[in-house]
Amino acid sequence: MINSLFLINPSGEIFLEKHWKSVVSRSVCDYFLEAKEKALEPEDVPPVIHTPHHYLISIYRDKLFFLSVIQTEVPPLFVIEFLHRVAEMIQDYFGECSETVVKDHMVMVYELLEEMLDNGFPLATESNVLKEMIRPPTILRSVVNTLTGTSNVGDTLPTGQPSTIPWRRAGVRYTNNEAYFDVVEEIDAILDQSGTTVFAEIQGVVEACVKLSGMPDLTLSFMNPRLLDDVSFHPCVRYKLWESERVLSFIPPDGNFTLMTYHVNAQNLVAIPVYVKQSISFFECGSDGRLDVTVGPKQTMGKTVEGVMVTVHLPKTILSINLTATQGSYTYDNGTKLLVWDIGKLNPQKLPNLRGSLSLQAGAPKPEENPSLNIDLNIQQLAISGLKVNRLDMFGEKYKPFKGVKYITKAGKFQVRT
Amino acid sequence: MSTNNLSYNDQGGSDSAVEVGQETTPTSSNAGAGFGLFSTNFKKNDDLKEMLESNKDSLKLDAMKRIIALIAKGKNASELFPAVVKNVASKNIELKKLVYVYLVRYAEEQQDLALLSISTFQRALKDPNQLIRASALRVLSSIRVPIIVPIMMLAIKEAASDMSPYVRKTSAHAIQKLYSLDPDQKEHLIEVIDKLLKDKSTLVAGSVVMAFEEVCPDRIDLIHKNYRKLCNLLVDVEEWGQVVIITMLTRYARTQFTSPWKEDGLFDENSETAFYESDEKKTKNGDEKKSYMMDPDHRLLLRNTKPLLQSRNTAVVVSVAQLYWHLAPKHEVGVITKSLVRLLRSHREVQYVVLQNIATMSIQRKGMFEPYMKSFYVRSTDATHIKSLKLEILTSLANEANISTILREFQTYVKSQDKQFAAGTIQAIGRCATNISEVTDTCLQGLVLLLSNRDETVVAESVVVIKKLLQTQPTQHSDIIKHMAKLFDNIAVPMARASILWLMGEYCERVPQIAPDVLRKMAKSFTSEEDIVKLQTVNLAAKLYLTNSKQTKLLTQYILNLGKYDQNYDIRDRTRFIRQLIVPNEKSGALGKYARRILLAPKPAPVLESTYKDRDRYQLGTLSHTINTKASGYLELSDWPAVAPDQSVRNVEVIEPVKEWAPSLGKTGKSKLSKSSDDKFYSDSGEEKEKGSGSSSSEDSSSEESSSEAESDEEKSSSQSSEESDKSSSQSEKSSSESDSEQKKTTKKPPQKKTVKPTAKDRSYLLPIVCGPGERLHGFVSKQVPVSLSLFSLCILTPCPLSCAALLLQVSGPAFVPEKSHDLLHRMTGKGLSAQYQFPRQPCLYQPTMVSVQISLTNTTDHPLEQIHIGDRDPTGLDMHCFNAIECLLPEASVTVSLGVDFNDSTQAANFQLCTKEDQFSVSIQPAVGELFLPATMTEQDFRKEQGKFAGKTASSGALVLVTVELRELSAALITINTEKSVMGPMLLRDLKRALARA
Repeated sequence: MINSLFLINPSGEIFLEKHWKSVVSRSVCDYFLEAKEKALEPEDVPPVIHTPHHYLISIYRDKLFFLSVIQTEVPPLFVIEFLHRVAEMIQDYFGECSETVVKDHMVMVYELLEEMLDNGFPLATESNVLKEMIRPPTILRSVVNTLTGTSNVGDTLPTGQPSTIPWRRAGVRYTNNEAYFDVVEEIDAILDQSGTTVFAEIQGVVEACVKLSGMPDLTLSFMNPRLLDDVSFHPCVRYKLWESERVLSFIPPDGNFTLMTYHVNAQNLVAIPVYVKQSISFFECGSDGRLDVTVGPKQTMGKTVEGVMVTVHLPKTILSINLTATQGSYTYDNGTKLLVWDIGKLNPQKLPNLRGSLSLQAGAPKPEENPSLNIDLNIQQLAISGLKVNRLDMFGEKYKPFKGVKYITKAGKFQVRT
Repeated sequence: MSTNNLSYNDQGGSDSAVEVGQETTPTSSNAGAGFGLFSTNFKKNDDLKEMLESNKDSLKLDAMKRIIALIAKGKNASELFPAVVKNVASKNIELKKLVYVYLVRYAEEQQDLALLSISTFQRALKDPNQLIRASALRVLSSIRVPIIVPIMMLAIKEAASDMSPYVRKTSAHAIQKLYSLDPDQKEHLIEVIDKLLKDKSTLVAGSVVMAFEEVCPDRIDLIHKNYRKLCNLLVDVEEWGQVVIITMLTRYARTQFTSPWKEDGLFDENSETAFYESDEKKTKNGDEKKSYMMDPDHRLLLRNTKPLLQSRNTAVVVSVAQLYWHLAPKHEVGVITKSLVRLLRSHREVQYVVLQNIATMSIQRKGMFEPYMKSFYVRSTDATHIKSLKLEILTSLANEANISTILREFQTYVKSQDKQFAAGTIQAIGRCATNISEVTDTCLQGLVLLLSNRDETVVAESVVVIKKLLQTQPTQHSDIIKHMAKLFDNIAVPMARASILWLMGEYCERVPQIAPDVLRKMAKSFTSEEDIVKLQTVNLAAKLYLTNSKQTKLLTQYILNLGKYDQNYDIRDRTRFIRQLIVPNEKSGALGKYARRILLAPKPAPVLESTYKDRDRYQLGTLSHTINTKASGYLELSDWPAVAPDQSVRNVEVIEPVKEWAPSLGKTGKSKLSKSSDDKFYSDSGEEKEKGSGSSSSEDSSSEESSSEAESDEEKSSSQSSEESDKSSSQSEKSSSESDSEQKKTTKKPPQKKTVKPTAKDRSYLLPIVCGPGERLHGFVSKQVPVSLSLFSLCILTPCPLSCAALLLQVSGPAFVPEKSHDLLHRMTGKGLSAQYQFPRQPCLYQPTMVSVQISLTNTTDHPLEQIHIGDRDPTGLDMHCFNAIECLLPEASVTVSLGVDFNDSTQAANFQLCTKEDQFSVSIQPAVGELFLPATMTEQDFRKEQGKFAGKTASSGALVLVTVELRELSAALITINTEKSVMGPMLLRDLKRALARA
C-alpha cells in the first residue's frame, strides 16, 4: 500500500518525509517536480505519475503537495482519500493546514502519521481515536507544558475498547450538552450570456457539532426527505433505517463532523438567487474595452443575499483597468489578471454596479472569448431546496440536550458565461 | 557553529545549522555519508547524546523530539542509535513512543544494536493493556532484521489468538511485514491468515484480507468458508477494509459464479436499448427458459455492497461501482451512476480518477450516464486534465438526440482561453462528426469557420480534423479544399501545413488549378520548412507529377533536388525513393509502372475513436486502469467460468434452504438439501474441515460418531417439527443439545469452538433466567416495577447458544406479551387492505430459529378481497414461513395469521410482498432487538457455568450478548451490555432503559 509520504511546498522544497516500509530515497520526487515544472498551475499536476519503479500519487491542497509513493497495485482513490484525511487531520489538530503549522509541530505530525498507517495500511484515521492517543495542543496546555515539562501524549493509555464504536470515545462528559446541525446548501450553476440556466443543481451537507455526554443515540428526521435524491453518510449512520424509514439514526462522534451530504433532485428547477447583467466588450480597433457588471437579487425567498463577490479571470492581454464600483470595493492583481469585486450585502433598492474601461497591451489582438464570472454569495437562514429538519430525538441518555439547527445557502461553483 | 547550547524551542536556528552541513550531501540514509555532514553533526549529536544519557526525562524527551524532527526532515540521525536504544525501556510513555518511532526507522541499518531492544518488546507482548501489546507487536514486526524472524513468527501466532481484536488486527498487519522480510515463511503465514480469516471481528476483517491479498492471493480456497461472513460483515467494517474486501470479493466472484450477462449479452453493443429492454427480457427469459439462475451467494454480495454506495469514502464508492460493473447483471449496473456522479463534487484528484472510470464505462454503456450529461459540462475553473476527461465523456455520450446540445456546448469551449482545451474540443467535434452522420456537414462547416480563427493552435487542429473528415467523404468538398489552400499562407503550424499539402495531393484532380500553385509556393520555401512539411511537399510533388506532369515536371525535379541534399536522412531517403518510382529511367524496374497505383491508391478513412477504448482490459478503479499499463502486483480479473464450481464449498453453517420450508414443497423438499447441509454443520462444529462436502467423514472417529447421531436426531426433529409443530421447537433443541453434549464428551476441542459454531446455526438467542439472586431482585421489582417489566426484570439475561445452554434449561413461556402492534400495511396504501403485526413471543411453531409474528389482516373496503397471500420475496433474504393463502376476506372482516421469520440474529427488516388477487404491496417487518430473544430458565449455578465458557482469554468471537444487571443500592441498578455487535449493544440498552424508565 502506501510506502512513503512527502510534503512538498509550492516552490518544490520537501519539508517532511515519512516512510512506513523501507526507506525510499527522496530523489523519487524529482519525477514529480519535473511534472510540476511542466504544469502551468499547481492544480494541473497529474495526480498519478508513473515512474520506472514507483507510482506517485499526489494531492494539492491548502497550497501544499502531499505526495505518496506506491510500489504495487492499489486503488488510486484509496490513496487519494487517505491523503485528504491526513490534511483534514492536520487541520483538525492545529486549526489550519499549512507549511508553517506542519513545521511548528513536526514531531506531533510525525507521530500522528505513525499512528494513522501501519505498514502502509490505515490503522486509525478517526479523529476521535487519534485524539485519545495523541492529544491535540491547546494554548493552555502548551503553556503548562513549557512550564512543567510535561507533554501531550496521554500518560494513561486509553483502556476503552477501541472496537465497539470506532468513531466515538467512551466516557465523554460535558456540563452543557448541546447538539447543533448546520444544513449548508450550495448551488452549482452555469448561466449563459443571456442569463439562462445551462445547468444548475443543489448539493447539500449537514455539518454537525455534537457535544453530548455518554453514549447518546440520536435520530434526526426531515419534514421532506423525498427531496433528497442521492446521499452519502458518515459511517455512524445506520443505512438500513435510512432505507426503510428515511430517518438518520446514529451514535454521533464527539465534536465536529460531517453527518451527511446530499444531492437535491430538482430537475433544473433550482431557484437562482441572483441575476447578473454584464457586458464586457473590446473594440475592434484600438486597444480598449469596456466592462459593466450589475448584480441583483432574483429568487431569494425574501431573505437578504450577503457576502456577494464576483471573481473574474481577465484575459492575459489586459494591460490595466480603470473601474468604479457603486458598492463595495474591487481588487485587481495585474500579475495573475484576477479581478475580485467584493460587494457584500445586496440591496434590492440600489443595485451594485461595476463599470469602467479595460486597456489592452498595445498591438495585442482583441481577446476571443470574454472571461466568465464566478459568483460567491451566501444567504442565512435559508435552505434553497426547502429541506427542513423535523426533529431530533435522543435515546440512551437521560439529560435534556440543547438542540439547534441552522440553514445556510451558498454559491458553490456558480459561473456566468459572458 | 554554536548549536551546542540551543534548546529545543530554538529549533529554527539549529535547523539552519544542520542544513548548511547537509545541503551538499545526498539524503540517503547511509550512516557515514559525507565528511561535511559528519563533522557538523558531530558536535550537535554530542549535545543530543549528553541529553539522552542524562537522567532527567524532560531532557531526554527534548533530545528525542529534536531527533524525530531531524528524521521527519529527512536528515540522518543514525549515529545516535546506541544512545537512543538505551531508552527503549523507559517508563515515560511519550519518550518510549518516540524511541519506538526512531527504532522502526533505523533498526534495519543498525541490526546488531537493534537486537538489544527485542527483549523489551517480548515483555510488552504480554502486557495486560491491549494497546501496549499491539504497539509492541507493531514495532517488533517493523524492525526489518532477518535474525528475529522466528521471534516475529511466534509473536504473530500468539497475537492472532489474542482476546483483543485490536491486537489481532495488528497481527494481520505484521503478517505482511514478515512476508516482505522473509518470503520463505509463506506457508506458516498462510496458516495464520487462515485462522484470522475465520475471525468475526469487523476490526480484523479488512486487515487480514489485505494480508491475504499480499501473501497468497491465489489461495482462493481459503475464502470459500468465509465468503458469506465477509459479505455480512462488510457494512460494519471500517472504510479502508471495505475497499480491500470488495476488491478481493470481486475477483473471487469472477471465479466462482457464472456470468449473469449471457442472456442480455445480445444487447451489449446497443447500450441504449439494452438498458431499457433487458429488464423485461430478463423476466421473460428467466421464467420461460430458466436459462440463468443467479447463485444466492452472488446475489448476497450484490445486495450487501449496495448500501456502501452511500459511503462518504470515495474509494469505497468506486470499489462498489467496479464490483457492480464487473459482477452485476447489465440491467442492475445503473444503480451506481448516481453515486459516481456525486463523487464529481469531491476533490480534484478524486474527480480525475472517477472521470477516468466513467470514461471507460461510458464507451460501453452510453445509457448509464446520458441523463447526467450536464454534470460533465466543463467549467473554466477546472484543471486541464479534468477538462479533457469531461470532453472525452461528453463525446462518448453524444448521440442523435443530444448532439445539438453537445455541439452548442462545444461552441463555448472552442472559444476558451485555454487553447489546449480548445484544440481538444475540435478533436471532439471531429469524433462526433464521424460517429453521427447527421451532423457531419454541420460540424464541417463549423470547423471551416474556425479556420479563420486568430489562434494558431485552433486553426491547426481544425485543419487536421477537417482532413480526417474529408477523407470519409471526399466527393463533395472541393470548396473546402480550395478554402484551405487560400489559408495556407497564414498557417504556420507544421502539422496543419502538412495536412493541407496531403489533402492537395490526395485530391489534386479535384483542384487542378490550385494544386500546382501551392506546389510552386512550397518550392520557394522548401528549405525553411519543418521536416514533416517537407515530406508532404515531396509527396504532393510526386502525385502532381503523375497526374499533371506537364505543368509540374520542372517543379517536381527542383523539389526532388532540394530534397536530395537535405540534412535529414528521412527526407533524402524519401526523395530518392520517389525519384526512382516516378521518373522513368532505365534502372527503375517494374515498379515504375505501378507508381500511380501506389501513390494514388484510395486510402481508408481513419477511425476516430476514444483513447479509453481499450482501458476496459483492466479492472476498473485500479491503479493499472488509471495509468493504462499493468502496475506491479496487479491481479487479473478472470473470465467467468462456463460452469459454476461447486457451490457447497461456501456452506459453513446450516442455512436452511428457503425451499425446504416453502409450503408447496412440503415434506419432500427436505430430503437431500437439508441432509447435506446438516452434515456440514456438524462436521464443522466438530472441526473446521477443509473440504466440507458430502458426508461428515474423516478426522477423528469420535466426532463422526456424534455427528451421525446428531444427524439422525436432527432429521427426526425437523420432520416432526414440520408436521406436529407443537413440540417441534423444544424437541429439536433437545436433540441438538444432546448431540452437542456428546461431542463435548468425546472430542477434545476447546469449548470455545463449540460455542461459536452453534451460535451461527441456532439463530435465536436464549435468555437463561437465573433465579438465585433473583429472589432479592424480585423484591425490588415488585416494589418498583410493575409486572409489565418482568421480562427484563430478571437479574441476568444472557443469550447463549441454544445447544450449549440447553443442557439444563427449559424454555419458559413469556412473562409478558406486549399488546402493541405495528403497522405493516396501512389501509390507504393497501387499497383497503390493512395489516398490522405484533410479536406474540411464542416459540415459533415452524422452526426453532424463527421468530413468530402475528399478522392481523382487515378488509376495509366494501367488496371482498380474494387470494391474500405472501408473494415474492428475495430468494436470499431472510428465511420465512408463510401463512396459507386466505381465499376470501369479506368486507369489514379481519383475520389473524401467524408467520415465522428467521431474522438471523440481526435487526435487518424482513421484506416481502403481500398480495391480493389484483394487487401486491411491498411490506417489511422491523424486529425489535428484544423480540429476537427466547426466554429460558436455569439455575444460577448452571448459568455461571455457561457464562464461564464465554470468558476464556482466547478469542471467542461468537455473536454473544451479555446483559448484566447489577444491583447497587435498593433503588439503583447497573446494566451492562457486552456485545461485539456495535449496533446491537446500544439498541438493546436503549430498549431496556426505555422500558425501565417508563416503569
